[in-house]
Amino acid sequence: MTTLALAPAIDRVPRRARPVRELLAGTLFVVPATMLLLAIILAPLLCLLILSVTDYEIGAMQIRWLGLANFEKALSDPVFRRAMGNTLLYVALVLPGGVFIGLLVALLVHGRTRSRAFYEVAYFLPVTATLIAMAAVWQFLLHPKLGPVNGLLKAAGFPEMAFISEPSLLIPTLAAIGLWNLIGFNMILFLAGLTAIPRDLYDAAEIDGAGGPIDRFLTVTWPQLAPTTMFVAVTTSITAFKVFDTVAVLTRGRDGSEVLLYAIYLEGFQYFKIGYSAALTVIFLAFMLAFSVFQAFQLDRKVHY
Amino acid sequence: MADIAIRNVEKSYGKTAVLHGINLEIADGEFLVILGPSGCGKSTLLRMIAGLEGITRGEIAIAGRVVNTLEPRERGCAMVFQNYALYPHMTVAENIGYALKVAGLPKAERERRVAEIARIVGLEAFLARRPSELSGGQRQRVAMGRAMIREPKVFLFDEPLSNLDAKLRVQMRLEIRRLHQRLQATSVFVTHDQIEAMSLADRIVVMNQGRIEQAGPPRLLYAEPATRFVASFLGAPAMNLLPATIVAKDRARMADGTEIALDPGRFVVEIGQAVEIGIRPEDVMIVWPGSEGAHALEVEFTEDMGSSRLIHTRLGGMEFTVLQPAAQIEAEGHLPITIPEDAIHLFDRHSGKRLERHIPVIGTAASAAA
Repeated sequence: MTTLALAPAIDRVPRRARPVRELLAGTLFVVPATMLLLAIILAPLLCLLILSVTDYEIGAMQIRWLGLANFEKALSDPVFRRAMGNTLLYVALVLPGGVFIGLLVALLVHGRTRSRAFYEVAYFLPVTATLIAMAAVWQFLLHPKLGPVNGLLKAAGFPEMAFISEPSLLIPTLAAIGLWNLIGFNMILFLAGLTAIPRDLYDAAEIDGAGGPIDRFLTVTWPQLAPTTMFVAVTTSITAFKVFDTVAVLTRGRDGSEVLLYAIYLEGFQYFKIGYSAALTVIFLAFMLAFSVFQAFQLDRKVHY
Repeated sequence: MADIAIRNVEKSYGKTAVLHGINLEIADGEFLVILGPSGCGKSTLLRMIAGLEGITRGEIAIAGRVVNTLEPRERGCAMVFQNYALYPHMTVAENIGYALKVAGLPKAERERRVAEIARIVGLEAFLARRPSELSGGQRQRVAMGRAMIREPKVFLFDEPLSNLDAKLRVQMRLEIRRLHQRLQATSVFVTHDQIEAMSLADRIVVMNQGRIEQAGPPRLLYAEPATRFVASFLGAPAMNLLPATIVAKDRARMADGTEIALDPGRFVVEIGQAVEIGIRPEDVMIVWPGSEGAHALEVEFTEDMGSSRLIHTRLGGMEFTVLQPAAQIEAEGHLPITIPEDAIHLFDRHSGKRLERHIPVIGTAASAAA
């Protein structure tokens, strides 16, 4: 009945006017959300872009327009280039490690029935622990003389390893700590993915003759987890690109162990070169964006059926 | 081609027993439907035949070979699942041919057989598609094709039609029946839908709470249900069941005093025995008002079902439905009916068992003679 009553009222509006009115109404509805989006996300980014082409320093009375000079300087700056290389190495270690160890742990924990809750909590604890606080613990654990890790190595007949002072070991050590921190989170994501796999598929695989653990994994688990794996890979690489706290606490960038975020922090908050640090941030963001978009588009085609 | 023998099979999960000593012989080429409400253990029994569930006690033999310890793929069974269980990342052709690939058949041979099966199930045009690009009916066809390609000795169907809409369900039912006629493979079909069971089965096994209530051809189960449970489960609209007490060899009385006449020659009853009288809605006779022995039923409402009408009434205070051909005049107010004595089913109220001189065969009807 309502429709019948409304129909004449709508008809009274001239036919041509209706799209315009609808457009106007639609636009008005969209305005508040758009304003919020602009104010909260896009405005700060615009600020960043503007700062990145100036020589602004905290406390400076003047701002000069530099054009792309900051970017040119960054790309020829050996410290920044080293930071970039270190970050890429860190990501190259943490990304596959985080995905595959996380998956392995999830598969093992998923098979438990009564002890599952215990393992979930145990693996998730490092995620909740503050990395800065835990860095102190790692510093002790990895200490060349006092640390139990080196104690074990020596007991097993290996030479002493200077994990936090030998320059070539710095990034791998940081990556190991990063992994320790990250695995639990990835495990939870993979567990959620595993729970969502229909049991029927395993039954079907078993009837088809693919009942062994490896067959089951390759036929059902791995393809079914593909969307989860992609999500885990993207979030892991973003987390890895943003490595900062362990560097800030354990190495402070010494012996060439700077990473991108730490370099930005030094320029902006230690040397107060806001303009230059903004330019580095823009490079960092562009990098992350390109990486994520590449991952998403490349993998998306393969993981959604 | 294979017969299946299920002997004293029990299944428990910890202390909870879900199947209590099942005995069933399924003949070579037979289409057997296991019918029962959810939780009656029918799917568990099917999965035990397939090898997806362990057997707690007893044994299952396929083609004379005990399969208790055999892997699913060694049992020669193919299974069609309720949710199709297709591999979403594989195309239709890969799904159908996967078992052959696992078995290590050469690619050319595989492709030839996939094409042949696709032709039988009518999927030739869809071989390159992924399951997500198919409709429900097409997916079910892929699942059937996947089962057929292994040329199994036994087909197992686990409620394969319950996810389809009503029209498609009827269509797929016919296709399954046609397929069975063509392949003549032993088939076990699990369902909770009695119409599916009646229309597909050579023989129906009705299960309830982990036990077989009755097994036999659809017609026999419908005409002579061995228990009250079978009587109420088979038939739509459901059989009327009226609690009553035997007051004489030829009469039972309901709580409010309504008396129903019984054929004294048919039933073995004792005076004072608590019974339930079963009458199928279509067996009730509508008579002229004032006819001898007629009950006047109070009409509550009528459901029009096109070819017939279902009249909801009360008899002796209990709900009572009458099925009437649509051609007859619509009943209003009071409906005079009689209950033909030979249409009455009588069940003991405590044991639920059918009361009759001639007791229908319970359990493994096909093998009763063996």
